[in-house]
Amino acid sequence: MKLSFSPADEQFRQEVAQWLNVNLTGDFAKIRFRGGPGDEHMFQHERQQWEKTLAAGGWTCVGWPKQYGGRGCSIEQQVIFFEEYARAGGPGRVGHIGEGLAGPTIIAFGTDAQKHKYLPGIVAGTDLWCQGYSEPGAGSDLANVKTKARFDAEKNKWILNGQKVWTSLAQEAHYCFVIARTDANSSGHKGLGFFLLKMDQPGVTVRPIQQITGTSEFNEVFFDDAECDADDIVGAPGDGWKVAMGLLGFERGVSTLGQQMQFQNELDEVIALAKQNGAAKDPIIRQRIAKAHAELKIMRYNSLRMLSGQSGSDGSLQKEALIYKLYWATWHRALGELAMDVMGPESQILEGTPYQLSRLQAMYLFVRSDTIYGGTNQIQRNIIAERGLGMPKEPRG
Amino acid sequence: MEFAFTDEQLMIRDTAQAFLAEVSTSEAIRAAMATDTGYDRQLWQQICNDLVWPALHIPEQFGGMGLGYVELVAMLEQMGRYLLCSPFYASVCLGVNSLLLAGSDEQKKQWLPQLAAGTTATLAWCDGSAGERGGNWNADTISATATPDGQDYILSGEYRYVVDGASAELLIVAARLPGSVGAHGISLFVLPAHTAGVSRQTLPTLDQTRKQSAIQLHRVRVPASALLGKAGNAAPGLQTVLDLAAIALAAEQMGGAQQCLDMAVAYTKERVQFGRSIASFQAIKHKAADMMLRVEVARSGVYYAACVAQEALEGGPLAGELSEAASIAKSYCSDAYFKNAAECLQMHGGVGFTWEYDVHLHFKRAKASEHFLGTGAYHRERLAQWLLDQEGAA
Repeated sequence: MKLSFSPADEQFRQEVAQWLNVNLTGDFAKIRFRGGPGDEHMFQHERQQWEKTLAAGGWTCVGWPKQYGGRGCSIEQQVIFFEEYARAGGPGRVGHIGEGLAGPTIIAFGTDAQKHKYLPGIVAGTDLWCQGYSEPGAGSDLANVKTKARFDAEKNKWILNGQKVWTSLAQEAHYCFVIARTDANSSGHKGLGFFLLKMDQPGVTVRPIQQITGTSEFNEVFFDDAECDADDIVGAPGDGWKVAMGLLGFERGVSTLGQQMQFQNELDEVIALAKQNGAAKDPIIRQRIAKAHAELKIMRYNSLRMLSGQSGSDGSLQKEALIYKLYWATWHRALGELAMDVMGPESQILEGTPYQLSRLQAMYLFVRSDTIYGGTNQIQRNIIAERGLGMPKEPRG
Repeated sequence: MEFAFTDEQLMIRDTAQAFLAEVSTSEAIRAAMATDTGYDRQLWQQICNDLVWPALHIPEQFGGMGLGYVELVAMLEQMGRYLLCSPFYASVCLGVNSLLLAGSDEQKKQWLPQLAAGTTATLAWCDGSAGERGGNWNADTISATATPDGQDYILSGEYRYVVDGASAELLIVAARLPGSVGAHGISLFVLPAHTAGVSRQTLPTLDQTRKQSAIQLHRVRVPASALLGKAGNAAPGLQTVLDLAAIALAAEQMGGAQQCLDMAVAYTKERVQFGRSIASFQAIKHKAADMMLRVEVARSGVYYAACVAQEALEGGPLAGELSEAASIAKSYCSDAYFKNAAECLQMHGGVGFTWEYDVHLHFKRAKASEHFLGTGAYHRERLAQWLLDQEGAA
């Protein structure tokens, strides 16, 4: 157990910092610290250009193996990359769903043809992806998806019908990975397929959802006879749940450290405001700020534990990984509340019309989604109790 | 960077776990609680002679094993988990650390091999005002005086909340030059507990698994060789000792929090009501999940703090983070242990309220450990001062 990095890794840190220092300038200066969660609708054009610039420098997919176009960075180097990226104010990545979810899934479960067809566009920063999991009737109960995939032998294509919801980046994405029912008579985890679907086609309609913030990052996606090539199913029909669950493991990777640097930026803003407006003298605010600081520090070390340890041979998550979503989401939600209480009476007043929120006000509202998406806090607690502690499942109705 | 235990560290932890599960049983704890010293002398001899635990992080040149704070923390976690009644915490985490941080090479050569072999020690610094100052544990609470007298010093004053103070064979005491205030004028002295003029009383404690005492020094004469470090200059070293001690206590608290979770899960799985194991109710599962979250977060905080502590002992690049890491670990673990103990009691229902079950031992120890060396609120205020009251701090 040792916290310091090797000299070679520190050298790598310099390299990353220097590249960002040189390239995150000019037209890109205005997107520094922008486009993160709650702000993902902003500066789409500039951020898509930035993704390509990043790719040209070899800084996309840094943790992917070299044979798939990645940089083949060690865990330590990935930690460093994501930390330096966030420290420099690197904007929210438009390619993160491809790099973090679609790509690793294709690498783990896809055919050679699928790897050849899809991975280069992710690495180059030209192909953007979105995720088609949740449906109006399949939120916490994800296995209850109703979207159907029927194979049309004449066209040699899968035909999809149904509706997805809470799909971020759907307007911008070129592809969507979708779980849909390949066996119309199946239910639950069985009879699902995992599809790689082209978004630009007549059978796909995207409708933005106006959120609590007044802005729209999430969308509804409708499939009306949307088509998917026969080769674009990952795994066999019926394997969809296995593939989808494998993907959830990739979500808890090294990029969590970058997310934490963003949290640190937000906490720094709260602290700066508290010092400026006198809230820092309030003993209760002091306690809450210190608690937020302490728990964010520990969050980093919890991630390092996650990265240092090995998952169980069955792919099960270790305990420190099982609690991670519940921990960071609850922490972030509390930060939103703290930010407003530090703002004090000014928290009531917006920056402008029609509904222009300050960064901290937007955060206060947006973080309410953290404890809902990707498994609500209540579902997380069930998972922790059942998988982490071996407590019996609730009898099902 | 490496944030997993090495094989050797895992072995130390697992050996400690297996040994303590066998010897620190409910019956053994209760027997030890009833003794004057608060621990089983035979077991302590076995721990010192066969397992050589007190020697763990003492450098080899001073008769120790030369291992680090990470190994120490791994062992303390298990001691907290199994409520081991022993002078280990006082002797090693207060005594050994004081000598390591403040002693000269000569003093280390004199005392550390004895401590490594099982001589018991403790540290006395604060008077009763720690309780009157909103739970303050810093140098302000030192009122005992050290008056130079020729080549000697005359020590006078009183101490409270001294862990294993009545049974320790060696005392390390903090005293100030008469008239000095705050962190100025503090010195540390090491003296045999039977030195003339020392009187000690065991205090009856809420937590019976750890003895505390009051000590009075009535014009105790000690030679200059008893002075650790420079006269009047001990405050920074003492603060480091207290930070290291807070990290050690946090490790025990984390182990205790783990045990409360394990006990609660085991009991609720067995307990049947309404025709079901009560562990199948979400109301119970969600409590357990929150307990596991607190344990794992506490563990991450303690491991991080242990790495920083190791650097502090070696003078590594993160040494400057020691106080911060100590306050982070102690604040989180204090709250986590107490909350887990309280939830464990609730989840046991009526039997959690009995003397017979072990839940109350944790419930009491959790509250006592929370207050010793500063509550969560005390340590958060310490963090707040660094975060909010310094110009230019982020």
